[in-house]
Parts: sequence; C-alpha cells; structure tokens
Amino acid sequence: MSEQILKGLRDRDPRGIARAISLVEENDPLADEILASLDDSLVDQAMVLGITGPPGAGKSTLTDRIISKYRSQGKRVGVIAVDPSSPLSGGAILGDRIRMMGHALDQDVVVRSMATRGRLGGLCAAAGAAVRILAGSGCSPIIIETVGVGQSEMDIIRLADITALVLAPGLGDDIQAMKAGLLEVADLLIVNKADCAGAETLAMDMESIAREGSGKEKDSAKVCMTVASEGKGIDDLLAAIETVDASHRESGERKARREKAYDLEVLDWAIEMIKPSIIKKIEEGGLDRKGDPRMQAVKLLEKE
Amino acid sequence: MPEQKTYRVLIGKPGLDGHDRGAKFLARALRDAGFEVVYTGIRRTPEEIAAAAVQEDVSAVGLSSLSGAHLRLFPAVVEALKNSGAGDIPVLGGGVIPDEDIGLLKDAGINEVFTPGTPVEQIIAAFRSACETQEARRT
Repeated sequence: MSEQILKGLRDRDPRGIARAISLVEENDPLADEILASLDDSLVDQAMVLGITGPPGAGKSTLTDRIISKYRSQGKRVGVIAVDPSSPLSGGAILGDRIRMMGHALDQDVVVRSMATRGRLGGLCAAAGAAVRILAGSGCSPIIIETVGVGQSEMDIIRLADITALVLAPGLGDDIQAMKAGLLEVADLLIVNKADCAGAETLAMDMESIAREGSGKEKDSAKVCMTVASEGKGIDDLLAAIETVDASHRESGERKARREKAYDLEVLDWAIEMIKPSIIKKIEEGGLDRKGDPRMQAVKLLEKE
Repeated sequence: MPEQKTYRVLIGKPGLDGHDRGAKFLARALRDAGFEVVYTGIRRTPEEIAAAAVQEDVSAVGLSSLSGAHLRLFPAVVEALKNSGAGDIPVLGGGVIPDEDIGLLKDAGINEVFTPGTPVEQIIAAFRSACETQEARRT
C-alpha cells in the first residue's frame, strides 16, 4: 500500500499525489514515510506563493489567471485552496476549484482543496505538508489560496515565500481592520477589480500604508492593479512576484523565513502531539475545578 | 466528542444543464452532515469531473441532472473515472430521472439513483455508506 503511493508520488501520478496529501491530512501512520521520501532539493527550490485577502476580493479568479501565465511558461503548477470548515458540523463546502476548472484536464496543474478543520490562522494544519508533497512531485510555483481573511490570519506569512494580499474597492472596512495586520507583512499588495469605482483611491491608500510600514524593506512594497476576470494586469503582477522572489533569494530573506517557518511548524506539531495526553487527563476527571483554570493547568503539567 | 472520520465527496453537474438548485441544496446538506464537499459547479464535462475527483481524492462522486441527459452523462462520468484509473470511486446520481431509467443507470455502474421527493436523510445515508465502503476497500 505505502509502496504504491510512494511510487505514485515518484511517477507524478495524480492519484498517488492526492492519496499522499489525504494520508498526511488524516495523520495516517504512513504520513511520516511519505514526507521522508520527498526529494528535498525540489522542496527547497520550489517557489511558494501565498494569495490572501477578504472574501470576494477575487483570490480564486486571480489564482486561475496566475496558473495560466505560469503554464504558458511551461511550469508545473501546484495549488492548495483552503476553505473554512463548519464549526457546527465539521463539514465544508470547497468551492475555490470552480474558478479553476479551465485547468481541470491539464496534468501539470495539480489543485487540491482543503478545509481548515478547526484551525483559525487561515490555513489548515496539513497545509505545510501538502505544499511539500506538491513540491516533491515537481510543482513550482505552488500557490496557496487562504480562506477569506479578516484581521489576523497570518499563517500564510509563515508558509509562503511571497505573500500577496488581494483587496478590492468597496471592501473599505476590511482595510481598516487589516491595517495592523496583513497589510504590514504582505510582500505584494494587489488591487483587484481595478476597473471598479474607488480602485485608484484604494491603490493610493495602500501605497501610503505600505510606505509608512515598519521600514524593513517596505519602501519597495509594490501595489499591483488587476482585473482578474479579464486577465488584466497579470503580466505586471508576475513580474513583481519575480522581482520580490529574486531579491529575497539574494538577500537571504527567503532562507531566513524558511528556517523560522520550520521551527514554528515543529512547535505546532509538538503541541498537536502533546494535546491528546492532556485531553485524556482532563477527561479522566483529574480536575477538582477549584481555583482559576490557569492554576489547574499548572497542576496538570506538574503531574506530567 | 467522538472522533468521526471526515469524508470528502464531490458534487458536480455534467452537461449543459444549468439548474443547480438541487446540487447546491445537497452540497449544503452534506456539509451540515459533516462531509467536506468539493463543489465543481455547472456545465462540466465528464472528463473534468473525473479529473477533479482524482485530484481531490474524494470517496464518492455525486451527479445531478435535470435536463434529461442523465442516460448519456452519468455513465460517461463512470467511464471517465475508469479511464483515469479511478473506477473504484462510487458514483451516485440524482435529478429528474424516470423510474424506467434507474435500472439502466445502475447497470451502467451508478451506485444509487435518487428521484424527486427522496428524503435528504436517505441521500446522506447513501453517501455515508458509499464512502465507508470505499474507505474499507482502500485500507
């Protein structure tokens, strides 16, 4: 069984790749073997592009156009599209793919929809592993489309080498909310639906916010204008992505980010792995529910 | 909370039929029953649906048709899945389907067929059962 999947991965068989991502997502015992089998040099070299922004800004449509451009350059493109899980049922509607169905029959466009499964940072817990599987199967770039975000969904900053924040005119309130968040840390700002009223003003606002940023390289933060539904502005966007990527590779920023992201993902997994034993202790009724919950937690860990 | 397996399914509409109310209703109902539903929208070719089902690693595919083309399109999806090396993924279908066509569709490899008036609980149960069978086959 595992041999078959590993072989499928090596052969870039669509089903093998898809199974591998599922097994990692489900924390299957085979996940370790799959991840250990990946070609590290491919994973190291792949460019990971994050597309984030509020719901309805045009993330999926933009992703579709970006895929087309990279395909015309002969690149094999991976896409991970994340949508939210229902907090009530745990179910989800994964609908980002609708905008990308034009690439459905292209074997060199690998699209995987994933649900957040309770994670709140805009991605799912297995997103990092899924990116590495796609990279290991020869995809570069890999585009990650986050859930529609509000203020603090920052997971994408960690996982992506380059993060593009997509905004659209008419969503002004969202920008206010994001001033102290994503807007500060995104590498590229995209004003989509640039043919709509208010786009110019939005672009000017974003340019000034980007310039006033914390100063670390942000003087060069670029604002791109696009009309994704008509494919306008995509060439400029790709050129901007390439410029940022080249400068990050040269300055060592890319390497530094990846190292930091690696450490944080280890921390994430470690916490995930400790959780069950703590939950078990709580469920087994070891609590007297006296005093503050924080002190109970200290007591619980002392018993460890 | 008991750990329940989250199944992934695909809901799609093959052919030129644009009436997606049923497909959307079912997608939401499956979501509310805890499924992850990849929704591929209207006017897809059988090959596009099969390719998406493979990439998304779904445990079952649900098709909806209200235009009368089900006898041609549903078996075409089954065929396209086979051609993609995924003939094991169960296909369920529903829509405006005359009783006399149900047997023909089942003969063509459609797992279950639902006609207007089928209680949604029954459809969800059929998806769950199809997913469980598929999952057992895999492991």
